[in-house]
Amino acid sequence: MNVIATFEIAYYQYLNEASLLVETLPSDLKNPHELQKIYRLMVLLRTFDSKAIALQRTGKLGTYPSTRGQEATFVGIGAALQKSDVFVPYYRDVGVLMQRGVKLSDILLYWGGDERGNYSSMAEDFPYSVPVGSQPLHAVGIATAIKIRKQKRAVLTVCGEGASSQGDFYEAMNVAGVWKLPVVFVVSNNQWAISVPRSAQSASQTIAQKAIAAGLQGEQVDGNDVIAVYERVSQALKRARETNEATLLEIITYRQSDHTTADDASRYEPQGVREEEWKKEPIERLKKYLMNTNAWTEEQEHALHKECASDVEKIVHEYINAVPQAPESMFDHLYETLPDIYAEQREHVSHKEAVAHG
Amino acid sequence: MADITLVEAVTQALAYEMRHDPDVIVLGEDVGKDGGVFRATVGLLDEFGPERVRDTPLAESMIAGLAVGMAAQGLKPVAEFQFMGFMYPGYDQIINHASRMRNRTRGRITCPVVFRAPYGCGIHAPEHHSESTEAIFAHIPGLRVVIPSSPARAYGLLLASIRDPDPVIFLEPSRLYRWSKQAVPDDGKALPLDKCFTLRVGTDITLVTWGAMVKETMAAAETLAKEGVSAEVIDVATIKPLDIETILASVEKTGRCVIIHEAARTCGVGADISALIAERGLMYLQAPVQRVTGYDTIVPYARLEKFYLPSEKQIIDAVNKVMEFA
Repeated sequence: MNVIATFEIAYYQYLNEASLLVETLPSDLKNPHELQKIYRLMVLLRTFDSKAIALQRTGKLGTYPSTRGQEATFVGIGAALQKSDVFVPYYRDVGVLMQRGVKLSDILLYWGGDERGNYSSMAEDFPYSVPVGSQPLHAVGIATAIKIRKQKRAVLTVCGEGASSQGDFYEAMNVAGVWKLPVVFVVSNNQWAISVPRSAQSASQTIAQKAIAAGLQGEQVDGNDVIAVYERVSQALKRARETNEATLLEIITYRQSDHTTADDASRYEPQGVREEEWKKEPIERLKKYLMNTNAWTEEQEHALHKECASDVEKIVHEYINAVPQAPESMFDHLYETLPDIYAEQREHVSHKEAVAHG
Repeated sequence: MADITLVEAVTQALAYEMRHDPDVIVLGEDVGKDGGVFRATVGLLDEFGPERVRDTPLAESMIAGLAVGMAAQGLKPVAEFQFMGFMYPGYDQIINHASRMRNRTRGRITCPVVFRAPYGCGIHAPEHHSESTEAIFAHIPGLRVVIPSSPARAYGLLLASIRDPDPVIFLEPSRLYRWSKQAVPDDGKALPLDKCFTLRVGTDITLVTWGAMVKETMAAAETLAKEGVSAEVIDVATIKPLDIETILASVEKTGRCVIIHEAARTCGVGADISALIAERGLMYLQAPVQRVTGYDTIVPYARLEKFYLPSEKQIIDAVNKVMEFA
């Protein structure tokens, strides 16, 4: 017998659960201003997230997927992306989108049931992908175009660990390996695919090692450590831009919420687990580090919360006061030019009385 | 200029557009060195190289999803599926993403992809190689479904489909790939989408069809002419969105209509055409609209497919029934 293949999966952590640096701080983050900026975004994200849930509970927003507890994952990804890169989200990526030119009021507009919520963003970034795990294929398509045009840019796509069971997920990694595409696949492993736990999703020891079969590098990252997320995503993006090598990052975090506001995790989540996991949550971890290194004060903390609350109020105001789309707008972007045969239907809906539903 | 077949016209259109538009990319299984299982992409790899003529790994959902991403970047991918029966893994990408991208981003991202596939039975192929499920796509808002039935229309309609700013399902009747030849000037002239083609002018009855059934329908029209029945033959060509105006104008003139398609009858596109004639042109009719279609069965394996396909005689019988309606 000869061993013809072996592999290793690395796990990366920089700031541990006790807020101690266990690796050298990446040079990009040496200036405390950088981590303060990231911290501000994480607090803004949590403030926004709590407000969105409150809006849903009071009937002012549709179904909404919370990112509570996963702030480091998404803010870290967003901070690592360059403007010229292309981002292909799933649907829990507010922390990235807010750094990609998407207005937070448009995120509410989307979850409030208005397609215009997909409009504002960097021109090339994709909108949410609700069909789970289908978007990694768009990322490799974009990466193919970038490679054909010999550009030094990368594409990053995110999905959950549940999506890593989809065929499309593997098909995307497979072609990225064969064609050497500048793409980064991120699996935000929050341990739950609605009610199905990680252990029931795959017998693979790690999700990261799914990369190996496609000829890619795979690694695990502590998803509650924003420094690790920022650094590993930055490195993977750099490798993609410079050498067209794709990477799979399995970012380990925990869903500190129901799947969406339409879900009730108490039906399946073992008692006490969420509380135990909360001890690792990302915002407090970074705050402690900043305070321990004299880069943050209680006064700044107080001012930040006030500022975030006020920002979110303005966002909600803008959302609530958005001018509704005309009913016939459902035909406006069906095709570049609406075929004649649908003109009658468009005309019809423009005079139609709204039907009460629910 | 040598006469060419329908499949050669497909190749000619792809090569013309690739020469004139560097954004056109051909991708699919075996489209490179092999030139495609039907040879529709033969010679393209040599002329345009592996960056623009891409053999993909064997995964149809991936082919469709890749094309969505490429199109969003301004490329114009022409994605080949080897047979219509193997498009199904790509349906999710086509229906959930390609058809909706323009709408859901309010025009920010568009999806000018052509998804090509050979379709239909009658070539003695193994199972799953004989499907005519065009109605599934015709049901989906945001898509165009285009089906040529001659070398000239394959050339002109494929050019138009590649140039169209929205996703097009381009279905090539494999039974007609090498059935006839005609001169097709390589002049880059597209034919109009969303328009029927009136292949034969007549006054007594309108025969509406598309794809490979154009062959039997034209033959039936010639036979009927000898019997004193003047049939107008309409090749729908774009079955989504439908050019119902041309069909209605013909039915207004003839007062009679038979719809012929190879696909299974139930919820076939013929049902929709028939309904539209009833809704908008009932008063023109002197007899009920009849349909001559494939049976509501799974397309049989090769030995029985000659019984499955609608025949010239079936069309003539249906016409006679309509003509004799009191």
